[in-house]
Amino acid sequence: MADIVLDKVSKRFPDGTVAVQDVDLEIADGEFVILVGPSGCGKSTTLNMIAGLEDISSGELRIAGQRVNDKAPRDRDIAMVFQSYALYPNMTVRENMAFPLRLAKLDRATIDAKVDEAAKVLELTPLLDRKPANLSGGQRQRVAMGRAIVRQPKAFLMDEPLSNLDAKLRVQMRTVVSRLQKQLGTTTVYVTHDQTEAMTLGDRVVIMRGGAVQQVGPPQELYDHPRNLFVAGFIGSPSMNFLHAAVSEGRLRTALGDVPVGDRLRRQLEGADAPRELILGIRPEHFEDAELIDEETRRRGMEFDAPVDIVESMGSDKYVYFTIEGERATAAELEELAADAGAADFAGAGSSLVTRLSAESAAREGENRRVWFNLDKIHLFDPSTGRNLTLHEGRAAGALAD
Amino acid sequence: MAVETTNRAKLRWGLLDVIVVVFALIPVLWIASLSFKTPGTLTDGRFWPREWTLDNYRTIFDTDQFVRALANSIGIALIATLIAVVLGAMAAYAISRLDFPGKKLLVGVSLLIAMFPQVSLVSPLFEIERQLGLFDTWPGLILPYITFALPLAIYTLSAFFKQIPWDLEKAAKMDGATQGQAFRRVIAPLAAPGLFTTAILVFIFCWNDFLFAITLTSTERARTVPVALSFFTGESQFEDPTGAICAAAVVITIPIILFVLFFQRRIVSGLTSGAVKG
Repeated sequence: MADIVLDKVSKRFPDGTVAVQDVDLEIADGEFVILVGPSGCGKSTTLNMIAGLEDISSGELRIAGQRVNDKAPRDRDIAMVFQSYALYPNMTVRENMAFPLRLAKLDRATIDAKVDEAAKVLELTPLLDRKPANLSGGQRQRVAMGRAIVRQPKAFLMDEPLSNLDAKLRVQMRTVVSRLQKQLGTTTVYVTHDQTEAMTLGDRVVIMRGGAVQQVGPPQELYDHPRNLFVAGFIGSPSMNFLHAAVSEGRLRTALGDVPVGDRLRRQLEGADAPRELILGIRPEHFEDAELIDEETRRRGMEFDAPVDIVESMGSDKYVYFTIEGERATAAELEELAADAGAADFAGAGSSLVTRLSAESAAREGENRRVWFNLDKIHLFDPSTGRNLTLHEGRAAGALAD
Repeated sequence: MAVETTNRAKLRWGLLDVIVVVFALIPVLWIASLSFKTPGTLTDGRFWPREWTLDNYRTIFDTDQFVRALANSIGIALIATLIAVVLGAMAAYAISRLDFPGKKLLVGVSLLIAMFPQVSLVSPLFEIERQLGLFDTWPGLILPYITFALPLAIYTLSAFFKQIPWDLEKAAKMDGATQGQAFRRVIAPLAAPGLFTTAILVFIFCWNDFLFAITLTSTERARTVPVALSFFTGESQFEDPTGAICAAAVVITIPIILFVLFFQRRIVSGLTSGAVKG
């Protein structure tokens, strides 16, 4: 049990590329922290530096208050679960799990007791005498976890441990990991590129981009109060809609109509160096079919008409896609997110708007539909810096806030 | 995904296999047959000896020449194999796992050695060994054998090491192993098939060599079997040594067969399956 502190930790490779830049992070004892970001953001390198598998170029890493920069992995007393599981194929499940204990020179009886206990927790008891080759993917994954938990280390490091499982098993194993971590109360750092895993598993989520930390916080906070465009676009599925917005006479001209602006934001936009163009962000669930809205709610939002492109009925609600004319929102962050999603070369002429409407909505493909959206939930971003302008003391306040 | 092979196809392939095997084995069987023939029936052209005899075998084991050569061959080949495999394993591990300056050069040079025609090196080696007093000694043969077997060993072994997922070594380190423990307890057991394959190849190379053995030896001190065979003349100059030569040829293939059979059991493919991914 221990806390882990990263103090301005950086990683520079010999060829000059900076993989991780000045990461400051304090992970409390027993906390479950997720490092998340698109591929190449430095999350795995950060984890490997904590593990000791990569050298730290500058900065300091402390585990339980002790500087461990120069300690070998085996002297740090932390266990790691690899994406590939990395089971020793020449050993049985029992030998795999006993391996760290045998290296620690424990006596036979203690080793057997510990392995049996860990096997029971992970329901591996009937498989103890099998070789990894004779196990299914999910079973191998559990053996890898078992090998990590047997020796009760100070911390667990997990490098995308579920990404090789199929979708259904992944959801199931997510709860197993979560329960195990709660049960053991061991400090855990978990790397993933899957924002759903990040949202559901962690006490706190660290979003990384290009080797730098973008925002750290509990999942809900990141979702509701993203500090910048990248965080807003990365967290949430389907992701936030981004529209181009031009500032003009205290209003925002967007493809959804003119959006009024509250006093606080107006003051911000009147500054000499204030941006003239903004990016308006709004999440799918903050739209609703205008027919289903009562008067009270209607006053907090705005309405627009648009042709329905596609309707996806999820049962509990409907995802309705609209095609919106007008200028597309552009920013470096958005391009990066699109590239990560593999959609960079997949963009039509106008922008597409994703909305999540009630299941009662009668929206049909091909027709025009009147849709309401909540002005309190709008985020406005500066396209040059990516900063969220609606954020006030860390809280997003919508466009109308005074 | 395997396509169901029809019986016809099986038959065709089976027949083809038999032809290939027979083609490859006929000379060997012919020699074996000759080794059991008496001098009088040697040239009768029959595949199956009319009169069986073990005289040829008695002859070769009676001559000190052959027994000494056999001992030389076994000793030299085993020592050269052992050293080449150990050195090769270390070099191959470094090449497949580390990035160090001059790595490409090292690989290139070892390939160069393998490509170099050995005949052109024989005279310089002869001169060098005479100057150094290595001529006609065991080390005088072991050293060139190691030199020429190393590229082979490095290439084969680095291919095997590359197949072993690096994550395993990282996992071992995280589990508390030192670099040495990780290599001994995780990597080496998985590389074992590679080590055995390499050992077989190197041993066969050393065992069969004729060129170095004939130029770098002059007496029975270090003469190996392939060379000794060429010096076989029989008891007198009127005696035809063919039967004895054939018997010796049969005898010297036996260690190779034993060696291969012994190590082949350890060459199990798919040793690393189940290590990574699902």
